[in-house]
Amino acid sequence: MSVRSKVIEAIQQIAKEQHVTLPALSDDLSLHETGFDSLAFAILVARLEDDTGVDPFTISEDAAFPATVGDFVRAYENVPA
Amino acid sequence: MSPREIFALRDHLGAELTGRTVSDAHDVVSLTDILSHTVLGGRLRELSGRSVLLKLSDQLRSGLAMIELDGIARRMLLCPPDLNPAHLEALIADAAIDAVVTDEPDRWANSGVSLVVTAQLPLEATAPAKSERATEWLMLTSGTSGVPKIAGHTLEALTGAIVAEGPARGPAPVWATFYDIRRYGGLQIFLRAILSGGSMVLSDPHEALGDHVARLKARGVSHISGTPSHWRKLLMSGSATQFAPRYVRLSGEIADQAVLDGLKAAFPNSSVGHAYASTEAGVGFAVNDGLEGFPADYLGNRNGVEMKVVDGSLRIRSTRTAHAYIGRNAAALTDDDGFVDSGDIVELRGERYYFVGRRGGIINIGGLKVHPEEIEAVINRHPDVRMSRAKSRKSPITGGIVVADVILADGADPARAKEIRDQILDRCRAQLASHKVPAVIRFVEALDVTPAGKLARTDA
Repeated sequence: MSVRSKVIEAIQQIAKEQHVTLPALSDDLSLHETGFDSLAFAILVARLEDDTGVDPFTISEDAAFPATVGDFVRAYENVPA
Repeated sequence: MSPREIFALRDHLGAELTGRTVSDAHDVVSLTDILSHTVLGGRLRELSGRSVLLKLSDQLRSGLAMIELDGIARRMLLCPPDLNPAHLEALIADAAIDAVVTDEPDRWANSGVSLVVTAQLPLEATAPAKSERATEWLMLTSGTSGVPKIAGHTLEALTGAIVAEGPARGPAPVWATFYDIRRYGGLQIFLRAILSGGSMVLSDPHEALGDHVARLKARGVSHISGTPSHWRKLLMSGSATQFAPRYVRLSGEIADQAVLDGLKAAFPNSSVGHAYASTEAGVGFAVNDGLEGFPADYLGNRNGVEMKVVDGSLRIRSTRTAHAYIGRNAAALTDDDGFVDSGDIVELRGERYYFVGRRGGIINIGGLKVHPEEIEAVINRHPDVRMSRAKSRKSPITGGIVVADVILADGADPARAKEIRDQILDRCRAQLASHKVPAVIRFVEALDVTPAGKLARTDA
């Protein structure tokens, strides 16, 4: 499974658990518009760390939290293996 | 002024009750004629009036030495097996120790402790001793990472709850415990065995659980106690079959409804009760209605035990509490009114108080306080779960999130793990505030339990 599909699947799973109705997930959708609160993002980052072995937001001191879904996915895609 | 009558352990051990024993995995010692035998090589006189460190590698000799020393020594400090040797020096100084009872006399040769007495089996014949004084019993608190605190008790305080309950009905009980008898919870059971006219079967840390249970069955154990973690391990092991004690007791940790129900199912003919006790607060109460928590009317004064709730924490005043912390810089054990603050947080729901966790065990989730125990209690109620542990995990988003490690019950199909996880999360979402719902649930094979029998909480 590609990193992108792992991320999208995790977002959809958490949306289901948190009873969040997601809009269509396009790359330029702002994370704010996903309807996720900070707890939902915290869950997402923790699960993806377990799944992929990386937490791009803790590794990098100066990483700004991404603004859009596309930025978020790229944060995982761009982690050096 | 006439001297108070001294009643020591030996005075509970008349020869009229025959067939009484105390045993471990290796030896069986008769209690019937114990008063005319010595585990101290006949050197009890030398220990009269001394402050004795009881530092033995096994419970059997420890228990026998307690019987001999009580009423003779000025005080005795019980060392549990997991005591960090680096803390010994401070404890010896704080308790003003001037004698040691050990099975490793060579280690103490140059220790500065002037009197070293070796405890040994088999017992030797000796003339029975007469109680001279009320010996102070010093016990170490568990759960602290630094030098443990020393809590001072008397035999009267230690046995207050046992005397209050009165003698057990029916044949003399054969007691056992998963605890070590050098800890408060285990000592309570050892004292029960002595005072009840019964026998005692000791645990052995090196023995496999299945072998331990086989020994409990072979020795006819009728009454047994342990922490909820001990009991969950037993239920998981499948060793409980054909073991049929009359009384099953839990203490030392929160007994949630899941473990109470699990024990009732495993031991349908036993009475299952949970007791509230701590090294400092002594035995508070026992709950025998099969339900978690305790009735709200236990607060106030009940059988000489006074309880109140201050800032959510249970406070206890009774003659069964320790009387002081011992040592040079010892803190006060009680508040100004003589109540011991247990640090156990309770919550009133309806007509009952429920334990929600330890004040010191709170985890911080995004600035909100969370007791891991209340999350575990919800998870443990899932029929496919045997045991769980909630803890915090760092999060770059919220600072912290709750994660849970879960052990599935016997017979739960691992292929259903995803479905079980979803069900657990549904239950948590229905019963807990959103920040308490685990972000991640991991299924694990085992969870660490401390030597004191409690679920290891390294991050708490």
